[in-house]
Amino acid sequence: MTIQQEAGREVGRPRKRKEDARLLTGRSRWTDNLSRPGMLHVMFLRSPMAHARITRVDVSGARGLPGVVAAFSGQDFAAEQGSLPCAWPVSEDIVIPDHPPMAVSEVRYVGEAVACVVATDRYRAADALEAIEVDYEPLPAVLDMKQALTADSPKVHEAGNKAFSVKINSGDIEAAFRDAPIIIDRTYRQQRLIPCAMEPRAVLADTDGDTFTVWSATQIPHILRVMLAVVTGIPEHQIRVIAPDVGGGFGSKLQVTAEEVLCLLMARKLGKPVKWAESRSEGNLTVHHGRDQIQHIRLAADADGRIRGLQVDLLADMGAYLMLVTPGIPMLGASMFNAIYKMDAYEFGCTGVFTTKMPTDAYRGAGRPEATFAIERVMDELAAELHMDPLEVRRRNWIKHEEFPYTTISGLTYDSGNYEAATDKATAMFGYDKLRAEQADRRDRGDPVQLGIGVSTYTEMCGLAPSRMLGEANYAAGGWEHGAVRMLPSGKVEVITGTSPHGQGHVTAWSQIVADALGVPFEDVTVLHGDTAIAHKGMDTYGSRSLVIGGIAVLKACEKVRDKARKLAAHVLECSPDDLEFEAGAFKVRGTESQKTMQELAWAAFTAHDLPDGVEARLDSDATFDPENYSFPHGTHLCAVEVDTETGMVKIRSYVAVDDVGKVVNPLIVEGQVHGGIAQGIGQALFEEAVYDAEGNLLTTTLADYLLPSAADLPPFSLDRTESPATSNPLGVKGVGEAGTIASTPAVVNAVVDALRPFGIHDIEMPCTPERVWRAVSEAQEGVRR
Amino acid sequence: MPRITVTVDGIKYEEDVEPRLLLVHLLRERLGKTGTPVGCDTSNCGACTVMLDGKSVKSCSVLAVQADGCDVLTIEGLGVNGSMHPMQQAFHEEHALQCGFCTPGMVMAAIDLLREDPDPSEETIRHGLEGNLCRCTGYCNIVRAVRRGAQEMGQAVRTP
Amino acid sequence: MIPAQFDYVRPESLSEASQVLASDEDAKVLAGGQSLLPLLRLRLAYPSTLVDVGRLPELKGVHDRGDHVFIGAMATHDEVMRSDVVRAGCPLVAMAAAHVADPAIRHRGTFGGSLAHADPAGDLPAVVLALDGVFVARSAQGEREIPAAEFFVDYWESSLGPGEILAGVKIPKLGEGWGFQYEKFHRTAQAWAIVGVAAAVKRSNGAITEARIGLTNMGPTPLRARATETALQGMELGDQLRQACEEAAADTSPPADLHAQPDYRRHLARVLTHRAVRTAAGAP
Repeated sequence: MTIQQEAGREVGRPRKRKEDARLLTGRSRWTDNLSRPGMLHVMFLRSPMAHARITRVDVSGARGLPGVVAAFSGQDFAAEQGSLPCAWPVSEDIVIPDHPPMAVSEVRYVGEAVACVVATDRYRAADALEAIEVDYEPLPAVLDMKQALTADSPKVHEAGNKAFSVKINSGDIEAAFRDAPIIIDRTYRQQRLIPCAMEPRAVLADTDGDTFTVWSATQIPHILRVMLAVVTGIPEHQIRVIAPDVGGGFGSKLQVTAEEVLCLLMARKLGKPVKWAESRSEGNLTVHHGRDQIQHIRLAADADGRIRGLQVDLLADMGAYLMLVTPGIPMLGASMFNAIYKMDAYEFGCTGVFTTKMPTDAYRGAGRPEATFAIERVMDELAAELHMDPLEVRRRNWIKHEEFPYTTISGLTYDSGNYEAATDKATAMFGYDKLRAEQADRRDRGDPVQLGIGVSTYTEMCGLAPSRMLGEANYAAGGWEHGAVRMLPSGKVEVITGTSPHGQGHVTAWSQIVADALGVPFEDVTVLHGDTAIAHKGMDTYGSRSLVIGGIAVLKACEKVRDKARKLAAHVLECSPDDLEFEAGAFKVRGTESQKTMQELAWAAFTAHDLPDGVEARLDSDATFDPENYSFPHGTHLCAVEVDTETGMVKIRSYVAVDDVGKVVNPLIVEGQVHGGIAQGIGQALFEEAVYDAEGNLLTTTLADYLLPSAADLPPFSLDRTESPATSNPLGVKGVGEAGTIASTPAVVNAVVDALRPFGIHDIEMPCTPERVWRAVSEAQEGVRR
Repeated sequence: MPRITVTVDGIKYEEDVEPRLLLVHLLRERLGKTGTPVGCDTSNCGACTVMLDGKSVKSCSVLAVQADGCDVLTIEGLGVNGSMHPMQQAFHEEHALQCGFCTPGMVMAAIDLLREDPDPSEETIRHGLEGNLCRCTGYCNIVRAVRRGAQEMGQAVRTP
Repeated sequence: MIPAQFDYVRPESLSEASQVLASDEDAKVLAGGQSLLPLLRLRLAYPSTLVDVGRLPELKGVHDRGDHVFIGAMATHDEVMRSDVVRAGCPLVAMAAAHVADPAIRHRGTFGGSLAHADPAGDLPAVVLALDGVFVARSAQGEREIPAAEFFVDYWESSLGPGEILAGVKIPKLGEGWGFQYEKFHRTAQAWAIVGVAAAVKRSNGAITEARIGLTNMGPTPLRARATETALQGMELGDQLRQACEEAAADTSPPADLHAQPDYRRHLARVLTHRAVRTAAGAP
């Protein structure tokens, strides 16, 4: 069943969101808004040391203080807390260290929980934390990845600082580099980022004695449920997980956290509801961080710019432990460095390294922005080397639209795309030639404010993911999604999805899909999600997968409901099912006026007065969908920056994005996703960095130090789309959650470097702070003077 | 414990409060007004923005005792008779929210900036919102919504 | 996070407030609370008592006093930036006040609170220093006037004594022929200044007859760029201005932090001083 965007169809319409009303009027259900009778409040005491042996924890001072119900140390949980899971053992040699939710004998990063207080309110809990005594015997911090891998480095874990190593080859890499006229050899740093979803994490756990309910600000209620069962030994059927309204995630809430496990255990210990709500400074320390790679990338090319081969060697900072998908993040980039380009050979190596820092894990794009950044930066370097326009060097190498489907050097098959179309549209909107002319003029004049133009022609691997491919990659779970659809007696429709939206608008978009598939009004559809007792089966929301997989599961469930309705209609209308055509929400007997609407059939199923033999009294069904391939959105982003060479300040002057996310269900939502993604990618390019000092203390614990761009720091973005439908799903959709973030970081940094080319500068480390830009310029000028 | 009197969304409350109680916690934990969330501890994010005697403030950086005798308007008190304020409506129309966590503060800040400039430029809007962080929208649609809200509100005043 | 416990008093008068402060050295003045509350919430400060002077009528308002503008300590940044009296009498103060933090914080944060906090990264100290403002402090012993040059002692330390409360600041009016500019350099709109430069420049017959330059975040206190001020005297607008501004970072000791190292701050001070002086002098 393919749905076309056409008049009268819901799919393709810019529907305003159904989700908005409660969010706009202050009736949201954030986890921290929830309350249970007798609810207690938890606060955690966290390690001030990056690495230390715990020699004593004395919580007795906290017990007995006003309002304090209990105080616990790691020892109190040792027998029951298990180890936080890592679901992605990427290699044979991987070391997965024990990861106790509360540290018992050793702490390995600043912020690791060492004790906690349960009190009648959070003010009392905060006071009591100060009465807990902990003695530490300091151990050496391990902060630098390269040093960590040397033989004499102190160890984070007994087994050493190497978590894993992977090598992948395709084609003859030696031949590609042998006698290559051009070799570009660069090292880039993907700085460590803090996701900073606006809603801090929060957990509420309650028990009725037999069963447990955990409300959590999570992206993954279903995965969390099974993992909580595995970690704590509480049987899965006795755990219900609810993700109420969740205020953004960007991967940071794709995690099974220490606090979730510990709150559940405390609810069990105390037989009372306990709630923990994170503060921002606590969150900056202990929400898993993102990125943090050193990327060594080498590209061999012919003199005309044709790429011969690409060699990538990564060091990926795991932090102190491997969390849910920590080691898988750099591996998600493994097949993406070759991007949209054709080449003869590719080699990828990655070493995961332990350090005494907060573990890293998924952050918007997860592995793919890192890969895209490196290749798009290097393509610009190749263009500069050849004195060629960066778009021209890309044109010479990219897969042409008539070559799809195309199997890349890294083995992925890109099903559809049109890089030429997106680029042509983007350059026209951007006024590319005019800006190049202005750039030349400013260069000629020696204007202290130089203009830079940045290009990023990206693709990404979305729709995580085909279960078979995940299995081949050694991921512990599948990539299917589940959807269920039920016609209520009155003809309204209840949809249950296994995805877990936290800002993406699934309720609206799924309603559009269902409205078309069942021929019911958009307004008649409601979508339930995020509660394992309601949506019993799901794989949740991350990796731009929800529409591509979850949306299709809902569509498949609709097909089944329609098949049931057809049988029922045939019975009621006394004809053969083959004589019926489905149109505008009704089954019509071909060539006659006689028909039954879906609403009438829903009522007929409810009353069940006249059902055919063997037909159950229900018009509902469910389905799972597991695609055969990833989807591959792509696009061309162009960024113009003005760089004040006297101060180093970078100002984005204009930004154009033309994305191809396949068919679009709701253009309003798609546009919003791209806007937000671009802003986050700009954040990495210009503003954001998690900084640890030489002792392993995080210096960027507050939003005064970890800088997020505000409205005043960003320009408006000009957006458009091209449309090459995906072939891996019946809607032709590709996913859009991560596109903007993946594309924008290299576009901005390429623009900054482009502005500074006349100074002989060929890189600025991210974030491109004014100080870094100024230093590069002044060093270049001194070089000239010398 | 000091006793304070504070009017919140039109209702007068008398509360005994610890001096250290933050206004936002008075709203959320004592008065059940959870519409105003807390997003940081350094008054950077603006999620907790409310009107105090008609001007925007960050309720995480005001003590409840400082609000004694004052009038507080939160996102929950904006609409009249169950209908949305034009600015709330404009945020809906322009898809100016995704996760919605920054939205209460953003809407309050938006209404506040129109006090001084009922017909703001893009630049004025962007600077007027500089104390409110959003991680989802990239601000484009928020700026559009504020412009639309301004027009609607101007309309509302002009049409008797 | 959650502040630790403290007592709270809301005195009826300035003298009552100073009595409380004099009797308890761990007591702190609460003005708008926009600097203090984040410190309390992060438990970086543990005052015994907060003395809330926010409502004292004696500290409120902005007053035109002929040869100077008196800005009450509890005038908010928002009031100051919008005050006709300030805009007319000392426009540089209004300019800088508009750069403080963001609109909501400017509604609560006060002129006096911000200055008494004595954060050299704050926007106002350098401005008041450049304008030779006079701080008026009140205590049980009476009133004391402190010239701006003597008010700022060190990072977050002013010369206010125990029991002394800042009542307001006198900003002398500069009269005809002056131009002003505040250049704030920061990475995001709501971030603190990496460096700020406040410039007041008087011109007569095309030449600069007097220049006053205050520097934000170039040392433990706000500083004057005296060497540049002297060098600018008598100068016409032109390329030589830049030369004079090369001295702007002389005798500074800027901090090193996440956003900048000292050498970069010195460089910025020179560039921004040049820009501020040019704008203040009305250069095209």
